[in-house]
Amino acid sequence: MCPPGGPIDFLAEQGALALRILKFLLPAVPATIGITLASFAIAIVLGTLVGLAPLVRNRLLTALSRIYVDVLRGVPLLVQIFFIYFGLGSVLNFNRFTAGVVAVGIGYSAYLAEIIRAGVLSIAHGQHEAAAALGMSRGQALRHVILPQATRTIIPPTANEFIACLKDSSLVSIIGLRELTRAGREYYSQYFVDFQTWLIVGLIYLVMTLALTKFARHLERRFAVKGFGTGGLRH
Amino acid sequence: MCTDYIRSGRLLTAFKVLTIVALASSTMSSCGKSTEDGLARVQKSGVLRVGTDATYPPFEWIDTATGQVEGFDIDLVRAICSEIGCKPEFIVVPFDGIIAGLVSQKYDMIASTFTITPERSKQVAFSDPYYDGGQAIAVPLYDSSTFGVDDLRGKTVAVQLGTTGERRASQIPDAEVIAFENISAAFIDMENGRVDAVINDRPTTELIIRQRGAAKIVGPTLTAEEYGLAVTHSDKELLLSINRALAKIKADGRFEAMRLKWFGPASA
Repeated sequence: MCPPGGPIDFLAEQGALALRILKFLLPAVPATIGITLASFAIAIVLGTLVGLAPLVRNRLLTALSRIYVDVLRGVPLLVQIFFIYFGLGSVLNFNRFTAGVVAVGIGYSAYLAEIIRAGVLSIAHGQHEAAAALGMSRGQALRHVILPQATRTIIPPTANEFIACLKDSSLVSIIGLRELTRAGREYYSQYFVDFQTWLIVGLIYLVMTLALTKFARHLERRFAVKGFGTGGLRH
Repeated sequence: MCTDYIRSGRLLTAFKVLTIVALASSTMSSCGKSTEDGLARVQKSGVLRVGTDATYPPFEWIDTATGQVEGFDIDLVRAICSEIGCKPEFIVVPFDGIIAGLVSQKYDMIASTFTITPERSKQVAFSDPYYDGGQAIAVPLYDSSTFGVDDLRGKTVAVQLGTTGERRASQIPDAEVIAFENISAAFIDMENGRVDAVINDRPTTELIIRQRGAAKIVGPTLTAEEYGLAVTHSDKELLLSINRALAKIKADGRFEAMRLKWFGPASA
């Protein structure tokens, strides 16, 4: 049925509806942000450990890190969430939030491990040689020469993963956690408004990811090194 | 580059265009789609597409051995289709989006243990009721302190998203409601000790308890509900023929046979 009344009435009505939807959705936003931040923090810590493991030059450690990455990249994140919450959860005792955050964190740590490994790999061998020539131990070389340079390469893809993690946070609704996407579904199933609801949910995610993007660009500028340019790319 | 974009005013223009497009589409989405009545459409194609959330025994679920949808609702739909003269095609969808699918014509009818409510009646047209349901509280077997809905104050209750069970649970003061995509996840959560109770339609709860054990029903049935089939408001002819078929199936004993088959002689 086409809406009756004039265009002003229609816009006013849509505006009021949009406000009602926003009021319903906004309380779920902290959950989305909290889940993203907590799981990405786990992902960074684990990802760094696993990604730098090959540098220790221990065959077992390198093999383990490869298996870790292969397995966790090879299974869909949704399946990992199910496995940890319903599977392990029937034996071990942890709450919903912990299970969801750990599952997403572990899942993303595999991708971050590869990003970090690639960052270190991208440093020219000359740097390692020069550090050795200056009398640095491998640990000192890593800390003072290699890793600071690798950080520049690591930031853009890591920011990428952070944004992806924000969107994947919606997967944890499968174990009963209430976040933004789930709130959208609840609004629909109660009030039967779909188009406007999903438009607003999408816009809220967009606002969050745009803010993250801005933060990432700021980080890139902060870590930029004068004289190294930007590889010919205009920012 | 981003600041150039903003300064040139192009970003603002793009935003305005996007908003207008969005508002225009939301206007159009509330206008009707095809004007052909569902009955004509179904008779022409010979297929009645039925949306169902096939995770809900004994009404509708997917038999893992055959991969086919089975259940009381399914048999009912098949019988109605033989009256109308068409074949059913079952489209499995999550329950909370089942009305959206009907309204956007992804299927012609909903058959999914669908409780008739005033709010839903504004969105869809219900057939005559075909089964009496109602919400029941299930708790773990070892629970000795919950006897009814008043004992659930301050407790955690698992439900299925979008159901009347979720609605009823959210009315319990101080109770935390955890909604899952399907009802089995809710029961598994209770078995793992994560929630204190599950509120769900009684017939399905009874079946799940029979199958899995580990739980019991406490208290009387919380609500009086009737299930109905649903079509869009514009499919008036289709609704008439569904109701006629339903009446015929009830009158000639097929309905009773189905009830005995799925619910046994004990059901009243």
